[in-house]
Amino acid sequence: MSIQLTVNGIARTVEAPPEMPLLWVLRDLLGLTGTKYGCGVAQCRACTVHVGGAPVFACQTPISAVGAQPVTTIEGLGAAKLHVLQEAWLAEDVAQCGYCQPGQLMSAAALLAQHPAPTEAQIDEALMGNLCRCGTYPRIRKAIARVAAGGALAPARAQDGAK
Amino acid sequence: MSARDLYKELIAGRSAGSQARGRSADISRRTFLSVSASATGGLLLAVSCKGKDPSPGAASPGAAEPAADVRPPPAGAAAELNAWIHIDHADHVTLRIAESEMGQGILTALAMILAEELDADWSKVSAEHAPCDARRYGRQGTGGSSSIRQGWEPMKKAGAAARAMLIAAAAERLGVPASELTTEPCLVVHAASGRKLPYGTLVAAAARLQPPAEPTLKDPTTYRLVGKSIARLDAPAKITGQAVYGLDVRVPGMKFAVVARPPALGSSVASFDAAKALAVPGVEQVVQVPAGVAVIAANTWAALRGRDALTVQWTPGTHPQLSTAGITETLAAALRPSKTAGAAPAIAKAQGKAEATLARSKRRVVATYEAPYLAHATMEPLNCTVHLSDGKCKVWTGTQGPTRAQSTVAEALGLAPENVEIITTFLGGGFGRRSQADFVKEAAQVAKHVAAPVQLVWTREDDLRAGFYRPAAMATIEAALDARGFPSAWVHRIASPSILEQMNGLVDGVDQSSVEGVVNLPYSAPPNGWHGKPANQAFPLLVTWANPKLPLSTWFWRSVGSSQNAWMVECFVDELARAAGQDPLQYRQKMLPDGMRHRRVLDEVARLSGWGKPVAEGHALGVAVHESFGSYVAVVAEVSLAAAAAGAPGAPGAPGAGAPGAPASPASAASAAPASREPRVHKLWCVVDAGRVVNPNTVAAQMESGLIYGLSAALYGKIDVAGGAITTASFAQYPALRLPQCPDIEVVILNSKAEPGGIGEPSTPVVAPAVCNALLALTGQPVRKLPIAPVT
Repeated sequence: MSIQLTVNGIARTVEAPPEMPLLWVLRDLLGLTGTKYGCGVAQCRACTVHVGGAPVFACQTPISAVGAQPVTTIEGLGAAKLHVLQEAWLAEDVAQCGYCQPGQLMSAAALLAQHPAPTEAQIDEALMGNLCRCGTYPRIRKAIARVAAGGALAPARAQDGAK
Repeated sequence: MSARDLYKELIAGRSAGSQARGRSADISRRTFLSVSASATGGLLLAVSCKGKDPSPGAASPGAAEPAADVRPPPAGAAAELNAWIHIDHADHVTLRIAESEMGQGILTALAMILAEELDADWSKVSAEHAPCDARRYGRQGTGGSSSIRQGWEPMKKAGAAARAMLIAAAAERLGVPASELTTEPCLVVHAASGRKLPYGTLVAAAARLQPPAEPTLKDPTTYRLVGKSIARLDAPAKITGQAVYGLDVRVPGMKFAVVARPPALGSSVASFDAAKALAVPGVEQVVQVPAGVAVIAANTWAALRGRDALTVQWTPGTHPQLSTAGITETLAAALRPSKTAGAAPAIAKAQGKAEATLARSKRRVVATYEAPYLAHATMEPLNCTVHLSDGKCKVWTGTQGPTRAQSTVAEALGLAPENVEIITTFLGGGFGRRSQADFVKEAAQVAKHVAAPVQLVWTREDDLRAGFYRPAAMATIEAALDARGFPSAWVHRIASPSILEQMNGLVDGVDQSSVEGVVNLPYSAPPNGWHGKPANQAFPLLVTWANPKLPLSTWFWRSVGSSQNAWMVECFVDELARAAGQDPLQYRQKMLPDGMRHRRVLDEVARLSGWGKPVAEGHALGVAVHESFGSYVAVVAEVSLAAAAAGAPGAPGAPGAGAPGAPASPASAASAAPASREPRVHKLWCVVDAGRVVNPNTVAAQMESGLIYGLSAALYGKIDVAGGAITTASFAQYPALRLPQCPDIEVVILNSKAEPGGIGEPSTPVVAPAVCNALLALTGQPVRKLPIAPVT
């Protein structure tokens, strides 16, 4: 069936069965491959996108449930200008293989939208679902702390990675 | 050639049985012989590291970006100085890196070495994966923590040769001797006349010159890039969703395929009924392939639903009785002396009379350790896109072994290798798994049936259940202690299924990868008293290896044999220290003489962690030290025991609804027995001597990465088998560390002028023993089986 949705501010129409998960609509029908498939069963959060501003598992969200709510993906997070978290991610040189990072960023962005200065416990709660096999967690924590402290834009670019 | 040096060769597709040939020498020869005018010249392939402006509206069906960012450059825009270096008229330097970027930062690090000797302006440098071309790059394979170790000299020479060609072109242009010219970043400078020529104005002329055979290399004290912490070139693409991984390859008209796989080990397709699968909208074909039954569809979702709907009758598995407990029994049986248990264990090392000394000794310590099979579980599930048409084949995949992938596809499809083009995308994690070519071969076998490009997608369940695994291992270690408590003999009997056997890679009947970290045991007995011998004395050491037959496929897993052997050795050393009544760190220091690199990292980690000072109530420290891949790593772990907490990765998130506005909770409380306590790792102090370091930032990141990878395995990692089938099928059953459980990590890189060591793997082996040794200190009970069980 023909379904309309708004992704990153752009109206889209896709031909898809209503139960098709948003993940595959984004990746296979719209070519927005920044949203990642990692498990398909809500256990890794690589597929995190925002629907109506809230972080959701795109792998568990049927396209029919999106309705008129706007969808934001990693491609739309810093479209005009890098999101403050993306700047912090660069400053801490977070990404390794990078595959989980869109999901990590989308979870962190939703956290900061709700709690601009999150506590450690709030960071834990918001990010615990996002699996990373490269072990970028320490740098993710530092990057979020950097933004929470208002220092996101310092162009340090990880000059102190080694001691 | 040691096992470690073999890894890269094997990954690249060389048969272990063939004559070893130094790859470095091979490459440096090619560097200077195959300059310019190649068939691939000017074709810019694969992933560009420079971030692109994210354009949310850019992608649409049928109008997607060409796959993997394949961009033919404007004609004549860039000239090639050698296989690695292209420069355009605007001085933009494009460096083609023949190693695969899987998170370890190799595109950036090798680009730094090239740019250093080229004297390039770093702000004008981008890096990308080189095409698969053994003629120009040698066999391409990334693994064994070898990229910098083996690429260091050839990349320096390639950069320096290109710089010399630019200088020679400038000398001709200016009519001055080359000896009067120097360079500044992307400029050739004639100081006497004050003239400066940008590289971009010289590159066309330089490309026509003969490269020098032995270019002059920079004095390392003048390095501008190497040794500095430089941000990764691939970071912008990876935080904007623009980086193209194998699964992100989109080619017009492409199809998507998943394969229904046998439920049990050794099972295969008996028959199948495709009707219900073909009834799923979007499903286009159902075909039998060697791996099972492939469902080919217009999109991934349809292929997955088609696979769910498919009816397949499978033949019975070959090992219906095999279980996790049976694996343990098989390993244990291989350690028992028996005339009927098949081949006798092979002798991997026999130094002195270890058994005789042990038999005479009054003071002995013995322990048996067991490590499980492990999956790699890369974040990006395995995948490969193949387009077969007109007798040629184009393959897009994230592979650690492009050359192996090329020969595998060529063989599977009956093509000449030169008709198989391999395009290496970013890898969403490798850890050794992506050096196998099974998924590439499968994709080729599916593509035979499809008149369009087709992307084979492995699900997470496929990844865990149909994989290649770090072999399980069991070892019984027995030591005799002298009057002071130091070893006077060490007998180490290992049972672990071979990795190298499948490549005809046993040497004198021994898989060197199964015994690495043991045969090179670093410890020696300290001199006995003030009037004793002045130097430490090696004690008798016997290492045997048995190769039990189990049906799980084995493969290289981050740090290979060291991943289990360092755990066993270092835990046993703590047990010895305990028997000797000595502090485990000081005990090691006495067995590692001054001047040893092991000792240096150990001393530094003792200082850094405040070893010996009081720790928080209920906490304890554990230490371990190990060399692998030419780098030396010591770790101290601070550990406590806590009641199994909410959010523990044992229950990382119930599968369930994630409806908008009511997202499913990403993690739910664990339901562990209330009496059990789990280790909580608070802090890891890590000291590494990796020789000369190219990018300290990357080295620190890889130390963190390896520790966390090893900690996940130590705490949670195991592959379970029941009824002859692998039952571990999801991240719920194969948990990994999550952010809340991640310890604080402090990394110190020691200054060293030694040759570069590996960095991708050497921190992984050390974390499990450090944590287990802390638990031994806390509880008095050794941990002899992984993963670490809750303490009750």
